[in-house]
Amino acid sequence: MHKGTRLALMLAAVPFVTLVFALPLVNRLKPMILGLPFLLFWILVWVALTPLILYLAYRLEKKYNPPDDEAER
Amino acid sequence: MNPALFIIFGTILFAALLGIFAGRRVPMNLENWTVGGRRFGVLLIWLLMAGEIYTTFTFLGASGWAYSKGAPAFYILIYGTLAYTLSFFILPALWRVGKKHSLHTQPDFFIQRYGSRALGVFVALVGVASIIPYLELQLSGLGYIVNIASRGAISAPLAILISFVLTCAFVLTSGIKGAAWVAVVKDIMMLLAVAVVGIGVPLIYFGGVGKMFRAISLKFPGHLVFPGAAPHMDVVWVMSTCLLTGLGFYMWPHMFGAAFSAKSAETIKRNAIIMPFYQIPTLLVFLVGFTALLVIPGLAKPDTSFMALADKTYPSWLVGFIGAAGAVTAMVPSAVLVLFAATLLAKNVYQTGFNPRASEDKVLRLSRITVVVIMFAALVLALYFPDELVNLLIFGYDGVSQFFPGVVLGLFWKRAHKLAVAVGLAAGVGTVVALIVTKNDPFFGLNAGFVGLAVNSLLVLILSWGRTELNHSKQ
Repeated sequence: MHKGTRLALMLAAVPFVTLVFALPLVNRLKPMILGLPFLLFWILVWVALTPLILYLAYRLEKKYNPPDDEAER
Repeated sequence: MNPALFIIFGTILFAALLGIFAGRRVPMNLENWTVGGRRFGVLLIWLLMAGEIYTTFTFLGASGWAYSKGAPAFYILIYGTLAYTLSFFILPALWRVGKKHSLHTQPDFFIQRYGSRALGVFVALVGVASIIPYLELQLSGLGYIVNIASRGAISAPLAILISFVLTCAFVLTSGIKGAAWVAVVKDIMMLLAVAVVGIGVPLIYFGGVGKMFRAISLKFPGHLVFPGAAPHMDVVWVMSTCLLTGLGFYMWPHMFGAAFSAKSAETIKRNAIIMPFYQIPTLLVFLVGFTALLVIPGLAKPDTSFMALADKTYPSWLVGFIGAAGAVTAMVPSAVLVLFAATLLAKNVYQTGFNPRASEDKVLRLSRITVVVIMFAALVLALYFPDELVNLLIFGYDGVSQFFPGVVLGLFWKRAHKLAVAVGLAAGVGTVVALIVTKNDPFFGLNAGFVGLAVNSLLVLILSWGRTELNHSKQ
């Protein structure tokens, strides 16, 4: 596996950890932040950060993967 | 004619005409019918996928769950985000295989990768069986929306019948491209409608979102954390459901097929990056459901909470606009669902299973006839067997998610073998059906579909691995 793909996969694990496996830890009402229950706030933060995480993964793939992988694009 | 009726009919007619004209200069063949000639750029793919994802379920089911169940509804924000993350890796690889072998449908992929026509037919049948409840959900949702938005002037069956005719018209003339163009109208209107109601109602009734949530936490303690008002939907259920539906998302035959219509693997990868932004409107829909819980408690059908609150709050013409948005929102996914279900039956059941020498023209002709037949079947189901909306969707997900091991291992693991995939798929579907029929869903807190997927994946891994090991030791 290319280094870029490996790094991208590691980044992609972040939403799975925060939005699935961390749920038992954040299943609480308080503190309410910006008027939102803590659970909902947590979920929204990670949903909103996911495009940034994927963009970073995209850059890393471009940077570290050999260009012949891109040939078919 | 009252303004609401005028707005509703004007909109759906305009949208349908746009769809019909979209395909007017395109010679119709299977390639254009199913995958739009593999020419869609980032914008059209974005519109098509948003059109497929933001369905009547967004309007009705998500607000209905926030209203009746509370926090478990948040799974809807999560699973899409997981799906887009996975799609970043899976769809570009899938697109390349599709381009290389000119694939049109999901069963085409199974036939090509595993060299088994029987597996293709099986996958096609499971796909169609999963699509029909999803399609029914769109039609019955449309009936509700238009009925309420017209203040009872148009009955639900009449609304469903009219949209049936219009949707068939633009699917039959323009194929997938028609759906993508109707999605332009749909996306703009739906975003406006959701923004107006989602931002408006908490402000009008409580003076802000924070105050609304505080009022809920005082009146319904526990509603805003798992399991909310649904004791069997505790955090383990939410986690397993997010994983199941996140993995299953692109396994829907129509989502899978939409990936093929991109013009390059790069297009589809870039699209995956911006997809999670689509989740934001869902938050606004939740706000409507929560506000409705306080303002109009005790609705017999929670799925009507969005429209009921809009109706109570806004003038008739604005409710008409929301109803029009809801109607077009049902028509786009209906079109894509019925198009793919029909193509699966014509291409992957009839041609693959019974008549491999059928010409492409014959398959396309049969697809078009099947479009009308399937739409009609869903219409009958929607009229006589309306069910609670989200439940139907979860049954469909249980089915299509079982394709995940066959697709992903098929793409990335050379050892994955057709028998292992067939056994895994049959065992996965069997497990789900058995658990649901014996009323064991959730099973020890886990979503039944997730249990099926676990059984399925393990079987595919063990059998594929065991088979190659056995072959090695024979040599």
